[in-house]
Amino acid sequence: MRVTQGTFSFLPDLTDPQIAAQVEYCLRQEWAVSVEFTDDIHPRNTYWEMWGLPMFDLRDAAGVMQEIRACRAANPHVYIRVSAFDSTRGWETVRLSFLVQRPPDEPGFRLERVESQGRTIRYAVRAYSLDQPAGRRYRGSGETIAAPGEGR
Amino acid sequence: MSISGSATAFGSASEVVDLKALQAEADLGAPIAELDRDLVGLAPVKQRIREIAAFLLVARARQEVGLTSEPPTLHMAFTGNPGTGKTTVALRMANILHRLGYIRKGHLVSVTRDDLVGQFIGHTAPKTKEVLKRAMGGVLFIDEAYYLHRPENEKDYGQEAIEILLQVMENQREDLVVILAGYRQRIESFFVSNPGFRSRIAHHIDFPDYDAGELLSIAEVLAAQSEYRLSPAARDAMVDYIARRREQPNFANARSIRNALDRARLRQAMRLCAGNGVASREALQTIEAEDIRASRVFTT
Repeated sequence: MRVTQGTFSFLPDLTDPQIAAQVEYCLRQEWAVSVEFTDDIHPRNTYWEMWGLPMFDLRDAAGVMQEIRACRAANPHVYIRVSAFDSTRGWETVRLSFLVQRPPDEPGFRLERVESQGRTIRYAVRAYSLDQPAGRRYRGSGETIAAPGEGR
Repeated sequence: MSISGSATAFGSASEVVDLKALQAEADLGAPIAELDRDLVGLAPVKQRIREIAAFLLVARARQEVGLTSEPPTLHMAFTGNPGTGKTTVALRMANILHRLGYIRKGHLVSVTRDDLVGQFIGHTAPKTKEVLKRAMGGVLFIDEAYYLHRPENEKDYGQEAIEILLQVMENQREDLVVILAGYRQRIESFFVSNPGFRSRIAHHIDFPDYDAGELLSIAEVLAAQSEYRLSPAARDAMVDYIARRREQPNFANARSIRNALDRARLRQAMRLCAGNGVASREALQTIEAEDIRASRVFTT
């Protein structure tokens, strides 16, 4: 099941020049762009791993593209997204966030029903990939997740 | 001027590129005229910048008629004595290259050894990469580049920074232009110990020292920029000052002149305050001979 998270997720995956153009837009708005990755794609998972620090003083998308490429090379089988943070007073939030890599095979989610008091049914969404321990999801190869600086 | 003669050789005559139009479109005349106007002397440097501008224009024209045009290597080395305008020209270079469409943003990131080299193992690479990322789309200006290489200490982390720099200079030529600057002898010996640098730098530009006449016009331009004026007597004093100052050690060309003017402004302020307490607009603007002749240079 194709994961649709963040902006542009109902479009075909963006190509590198398209990603660069979006990043270029973010930099023009003076947003700080960062690269994050995860193998736990639950919609409510807000704790993605950071690939290095947010890039606060870039002027050109080439620097971000370089980091995206490095992150892809180190973690070929996880989700990677680009986020743009707007520090303007009153906003102070992420303004744009989109996926720049997804695993080749996305098994999707299952619905879990839990009975609670008075036979009330509570529902939970759980990704099939979460049955595998971290690092082996989407791959099954025992490959671990690499942080920036490792394995580069 | 057109390249119609050569264009017919490999296509129809319609493939004529109007270089003048390209030049007007890039609005090149303006920055180069500014360069001529604002920078005194430096004839070989200006000549070289004109050559580079023409070369980039032709590269663009070649692209338009479909000839192969590898992105030209524009990394440069500026050598010259202190105060000969290396940093000033680097700033303008970023602007010119941006207008020519060679770099995308036209900003200048000016760094020294401290910004590139880390303090402990594993610190240098991220630091250098951070600076390079910041400079992408613009010009990276490395002042006193030879400090990157410390021959007396082979464990020095500078070598690591040099390797990363060389790699990016080679592989991401379209993303940034690197300009190294420093004193000529030291840059030379830096290149001898790092041959990779010399071969990756296409343009070695030497900044000549200014002669006395040029230094005087620099003094006048600098004064005019901050809305001061040298009185005729002060101008003569300045000529004397330059002649004496040049003979002294630590003469730093335009920088010495700027410092001399700053001190003359201090003395002018003191003179006006000590006077009868009334100063006309004229008096506020004018630097007199006594402001300059009070300098230490005349007493020693």
